[in-house]
Amino acid sequence: MQAKRVVFPHRLLPALLVAPQLAVTAVFFLWPAAEALWQSTLREDAFGLKSTFVGLANFRDLFADPDYLVVIGTTLVFSFAVAGLSLALGLAAAALADRARKGALLYQTLFVWPYAVAPAVAGVIFLYLFEPSLGPLARAVGPAWNHKLIGWQALSMVVMAASWKQVAYDFLFFLAALQSIPRSLMEAAEIDAAGPFRRFFTVSLPLIAPTGFFLLVVNLIYAFFETFGVIHATTLGGPGLSTTTMVFRVFRDGFIDQRLGASAAESVVLLLVVAALTVVQFRFVERKVHY
Amino acid sequence: MAGVTLRGVKKRYPGGFEAIKGIDLDVPDGDLCVFVGPSGCGKSTLLRIVAGLETASEGTVAIGGRDVGALGPAERDVAMVFQNYALYPHMSVFDNMAYGLRNRGAARPEIEARVAEAAAMLDLSALLARKPRELSGGQRQRVAMGRAIVRKPALFLFDEPLSNLDAKLRARMRVEIRALQRRLGTTAIHVTHDQLEAMTMADTLVVLNAGRVEQVGKPADVYARPANRFVAGFLGSPEMNFLDGEAGPDGRIDFGALGSLSAGAGARAPVSRKVVAGIRPENLAPAEGDGPDRLSLTVDFVEELGAARLVYASREGRRVVVHTAAHGGWAPGAPLALTAAAGDVRLFDPQGGAALG
Repeated sequence: MQAKRVVFPHRLLPALLVAPQLAVTAVFFLWPAAEALWQSTLREDAFGLKSTFVGLANFRDLFADPDYLVVIGTTLVFSFAVAGLSLALGLAAAALADRARKGALLYQTLFVWPYAVAPAVAGVIFLYLFEPSLGPLARAVGPAWNHKLIGWQALSMVVMAASWKQVAYDFLFFLAALQSIPRSLMEAAEIDAAGPFRRFFTVSLPLIAPTGFFLLVVNLIYAFFETFGVIHATTLGGPGLSTTTMVFRVFRDGFIDQRLGASAAESVVLLLVVAALTVVQFRFVERKVHY
Repeated sequence: MAGVTLRGVKKRYPGGFEAIKGIDLDVPDGDLCVFVGPSGCGKSTLLRIVAGLETASEGTVAIGGRDVGALGPAERDVAMVFQNYALYPHMSVFDNMAYGLRNRGAARPEIEARVAEAAAMLDLSALLARKPRELSGGQRQRVAMGRAIVRKPALFLFDEPLSNLDAKLRARMRVEIRALQRRLGTTAIHVTHDQLEAMTMADTLVVLNAGRVEQVGKPADVYARPANRFVAGFLGSPEMNFLDGEAGPDGRIDFGALGSLSAGAGARAPVSRKVVAGIRPENLAPAEGDGPDRLSLTVDFVEELGAARLVYASREGRRVVVHTAAHGGWAPGAPLALTAAAGDVRLFDPQGGAALG
């Protein structure tokens, strides 16, 4: 493909065209980020009357806190579980939908619905399903299920709730990627004696790998940040620290415990994580394209 | 090695559209059979039915005497070259060629030997490590051919494999595919909409139109004795001239103001009847002397082809094209008298277009 170079007659016009986006970025991203960065170097007194500049002390305290290290571990487990589960289920559903002859549109439409459900609502739905004494899924598991007491069960529940929403998104992208593979390619493979599974793993999957990688990054960012609603509506980070992710801890430190400096430092750490993920995405997504 | 037999093959789509309306055909072993016809005539559908990529609504398909109706594409022992080549973009040339062998569980040394052999045959040996995107159109075409021949199938299926190449490369690949098929002796069905490609490559030419076989035969026979007006018009470039006329008891065709031509014994009719006379552009020549067999026209314009030229002449809105090697004074506006040998005037029924005589 050839790059098309557009030359504007004025310097002003291109500046005006990008101005709205830049304004949005400045107001809703750069300004709050700078504020957080500044706040992460401050410490307030107990009454919130004055704050003192403490340099990197908030960060030092943060990484010296064993609880925070547990939270990082939980976040990693949670994020990769959510990303992995939604990728796997989304891909499986898309592969099946791609083969569907009848009712494909209905199937696809129904599948996308969970994406329109607010995270908190998704959380509440799963909270009900797994309610130890009443929830149908909890009753199916039996008395061994009590996410209010057992950490790994609580984590599994929020992973499921968060994934349920994201599966729809992954499904859409995977389906689009699968449908963009030329039909003749699959026919050639069929003539080359590759059965449906072999075709999927040796032809389809390598060709949609760039989409898969893109979705992995998007899912990780989703799991890191947007799952706050799910956790807040279900477990409030408990029992203990078992479902406290980094973003939930930002909320708890900042808005419940009122430790603004610590909370700001945590959000700066998250900022760096998402920046790193974005760089990875830009660096590798382009390169992973096969053709 | 296997011939192909089609019996009463029909293809109806769920909407009720009938793409193939009943085809019986025998392709002998080792033959290069070309399906040719305008787009939408069903030639690709028919090929895909032979390949097993589509199922016939009715009728039977046999390859090498074996009814393959219930078999999938992989079990039919066929190899197909697609119009867009359908190379696996993420695999090297070697892997593209080896894929079908691997899936069939061939041993590694055998795969390597077979790919090397096919690559040598197609001049691809230096390109085995490349990916398809690093190849030119002609090279991709060769890889697609290589993928087909490496398996040594009973039957090759070519679905317009040359239509994405430029004219020069197409002419070269035409010859190469023909030579390769001869050398391997494998039966092949080649689908094209290009009548030149069909004429030059075919052992057996199958002209299809609107889901039916119009004519089957050797290219030269089909060209010389088209079964109907469709076949006559479809083969040959520029197209055959068609003139409405009246056949008389003396075997002469009267074209009114244009003049008349003798059309041989077959044209004799007890009573005069309307016919369509078809004369190929290369069979028309300037009339010498003043015999009765002549068409009197006026030159409109001339297209110079280098080795020959096309002279367009008309009278009263009826136009003919002459393909001639002669350099003449073909000045636009000049009068032109043309004649044709009686045997070169083909007659067709004005209704239905079947060949007469």
